[in-house]
Amino acid sequence: MNKKRLRDLFIIFFRIGGFTIGGGYAMLPLIERELVLERGWLSEKEFLDIFAIIQGIPGVIAVNSALYIGYKLEGISGAISAGAGMSLPPVLIIFLVIRLFFQARGLPVFEAFFSGIRSCVVVLIFWAGYRMGKKAVVSGKSIFYTLGMIVGLEVFNLHPIILIIIAGLAGLIFAEGEEKKTDDTI
Amino acid sequence: MILFELYFIFLKIGLFTFGGGYAMLPLIQEEMLGRGWLTAAEFLDIVAVAEMTPGAIAVSNATFIGYRLAGIPGALATTLGLISPSLIIIIIVATVFKKFKDNPLVRRAWEGIRPAVVGLIFATVYSLGKEAINSVEGMIIAIIALGLVAGTRLHPIFIIIISGFLGLGFTYLPLSHLPSLLPF
Repeated sequence: MNKKRLRDLFIIFFRIGGFTIGGGYAMLPLIERELVLERGWLSEKEFLDIFAIIQGIPGVIAVNSALYIGYKLEGISGAISAGAGMSLPPVLIIFLVIRLFFQARGLPVFEAFFSGIRSCVVVLIFWAGYRMGKKAVVSGKSIFYTLGMIVGLEVFNLHPIILIIIAGLAGLIFAEGEEKKTDDTI
Repeated sequence: MILFELYFIFLKIGLFTFGGGYAMLPLIQEEMLGRGWLTAAEFLDIVAVAEMTPGAIAVSNATFIGYRLAGIPGALATTLGLISPSLIIIIIVATVFKKFKDNPLVRRAWEGIRPAVVGLIFATVYSLGKEAINSVEGMIIAIIALGLVAGTRLHPIFIIIISGFLGLGFTYLPLSHLPSLLPF
């Protein structure tokens, strides 16, 4: 185990996690620059492979990238260093912001400002769904999964996790699983 | 014990999030709003703050919600809960499946999950929208935000801030009577 590299992993991912606004996919080019181009710890091919694997794993994309790369380079300690580096900045930033947020809450100006923001956030979530849909809902069969989820939620009041499991099982049984270039960027 | 409960709720959320931060929101909404722990407005405020601050959006969300419900220990419980399944899954995937992404079973399961998650997000948009966009002003802001997000390359942060100022404008400027003149 290389102690210096463990520390470097923490620092690199802390820096990336602390200065990127926009989540996982916005961080990938930064990770590539630091680890592939500047340090040569990963080859370009390894990086692309990791990127592909991350897309198949549940969870937070940014954190998963850090965990996977850390694990690949330095085992479990590496995963923990890199994962902690990636997760700490948002935790610390939220701790700082949250006091202000609760102090401001209830002020009429704040309420007016956030009344506008709430409408916008609904739209942003819609847009994320729309962009995902353009890539994921590509055939008559895939529309069936989308509609099945909506019916399951709205008509049968099932828990989303149950429906995700059903969708995964249905995919196992009915999907062709043919090789295709997928890109889950949202 | 609320800390254990928060840890396991977010562990469940982390385990079943397929497709990143936005795919996680429906699960958070179901767990938190379903228990009456957060209102739709609070939930949207938290998402806005997470989107506007640096770092992984899902981690910001989890930290904020944990803190809101049980202070700093709560924030640590939610954040660790969110990440723990990933750590375990990644160790398994990295050691056992060298070709995880090319595994036909994984690919077929994803073929079902991906479009289903799209439906899940739309259902969430509908239920949040019903509560949050409940005025003509809110509708106008939503339409403007949609125009900006679809038609420009502005970073979401700027669109959030613009919407905030529109909210201020509708509240404090005399144009707030304007919507009543519109035909819808």
